[in-house]
Amino acid sequence: MTREPSYQELAFFPGCTLATSAKENYQSLVTFCEQVGYRLSELPDWNCCGSSSAHSIHGEAALQLPARNLALAPKRGTLLVACPSCYLRLRQTQTLLLRDPELSSRFQSTWGVSPPHELEILPFLSFLSSLDLHSFFSEAGKALHGLRCAPYYGCMLARPAAMPVSRPMGQVMEKVLSRLGADSCRWGHATKCCGTFLAAAKPDIVTPRINAMMDEAVRAGAECIVTACSMCHFSLELRATRTPRIPVFHFSELLSLAAAREPQNWFKRHLVDPVPLLRSKGLLS
Amino acid sequence: MQKNSKKKYAPGRDRSEVGQPEALRLGREGGSFLEELREATRTEFRHCLQCRSCSGGCPFVEAMDLGPSKVLRLLQLGLRDQALQNSTIWICVGCHTCDGNCPMAINIPAVMDFLRQKALQRGVPVPEPDILNFHREVLSSVAKYGRTHKLEIMLRYKVRTGTWFEDLDAGIRMLAKRKLDLLPSKIQDPEAMRRIFASTEVGP
Ligand code: SF4
Ligand code: SF4
Repeated sequence: MTREPSYQELAFFPGCTLATSAKENYQSLVTFCEQVGYRLSELPDWNCCGSSSAHSIHGEAALQLPARNLALAPKRGTLLVACPSCYLRLRQTQTLLLRDPELSSRFQSTWGVSPPHELEILPFLSFLSSLDLHSFFSEAGKALHGLRCAPYYGCMLARPAAMPVSRPMGQVMEKVLSRLGADSCRWGHATKCCGTFLAAAKPDIVTPRINAMMDEAVRAGAECIVTACSMCHFSLELRATRTPRIPVFHFSELLSLAAAREPQNWFKRHLVDPVPLLRSKGLLS
Repeated sequence: MQKNSKKKYAPGRDRSEVGQPEALRLGREGGSFLEELREATRTEFRHCLQCRSCSGGCPFVEAMDLGPSKVLRLLQLGLRDQALQNSTIWICVGCHTCDGNCPMAINIPAVMDFLRQKALQRGVPVPEPDILNFHREVLSSVAKYGRTHKLEIMLRYKVRTGTWFEDLDAGIRMLAKRKLDLLPSKIQDPEAMRRIFASTEVGP
């Protein structure tokens, strides 16, 4: 892989899921970013953004947990956020602080700094769609040739409509997958909700929905589902009970596989082993 | 309604921002509660047309007793207690599918958040105690470590709900794949979490 002569540093917010149950998402993301010339530097001492639970039952924590992260973030430039749910919490808080002078001065007195109004908070897919991937594509070639995928964005990246992302990401998974030789199926669930906390707290509610999604993906011809969100990945892998269950990839895993072309040790962490599929397609030796 | 003099952030393309004729007032009950709701959510539930697009698109409507459109209707009718005591506000995951479909751009998830937190403050019985317990375990983990420790959350959730043997398979599969770390990841500044959770109205 031809590398940039030097890496560009990029501030990065991983969030709890990537730091723990979805380490494979973390590792593959870091690997891919290095391959395209970016070195991620984790926000020092970041905390949980509050996830669904804070805004569900604790309005103050829902505001202050993301606020502390914003206080730790660089004043300007870009903060890359891997998890769409963390992205939404951080962006919503930044927007609130920008529009509400009262909250903004509370922020200042609580955290001793002013809110980073000029910081661009960017979800991974927006970041990706704004990169020049020319050399990545020419190195990777058709590394995912023939793999039939159902790209799954989840609900957090598209909504709410009132808060559009600063750099559009329209169909970036489909575009990148097709450049790498994979096929993207059209299916009806690409931006549906995976159930988030209900996947942990109420499996009986989530399981039928997840099965219906996977059924639809298979009907549309997919051999695997590709997620943009590690929470969606968790729900799909853990709660699908139909047989057979098809493998679920983090999008970053396919990106770094395409660049590296060698077995990735994080595939071991999947609940549905994706290696047989990749082997049968000749994408792994 | 009166146009807002203070123009604050309105998640959702809230039409109260652009000025609209006074919405119909149906209920007389709970006036101050409803005012508080409008203020806190920065959205106008009274603009609801009862078209039911929200409930039609809600991914979890089948598990709910009412669905979002009926909750909005209860508010319009001023039936506060019923709006606070139902499974809908607890099952709602805040996915924003409903307000994406809403022709009046009402920020329904914000209304759900408000009602849920009010229900807790007022000690209204919670029809979905497992969901509340789950949120409490998540927040107590965040209060303690600054980050979520999933293994402890799941174990304590099981103890709280007495469902040790349900869903055991999922836990074992996750442990076997090392998806549940044994030790928590902690932040360096636990004092910050104490400050955030000290001002608690609805504690973890
Ligand atoms: S979609 Fe909007 S207008 Fe229609 S019922 Fe739901 S809240 Fe009311
Ligand atoms: S935010 Fe809540 S009510 Fe709205 S669609 Fe999602 S789960 Fe249903």
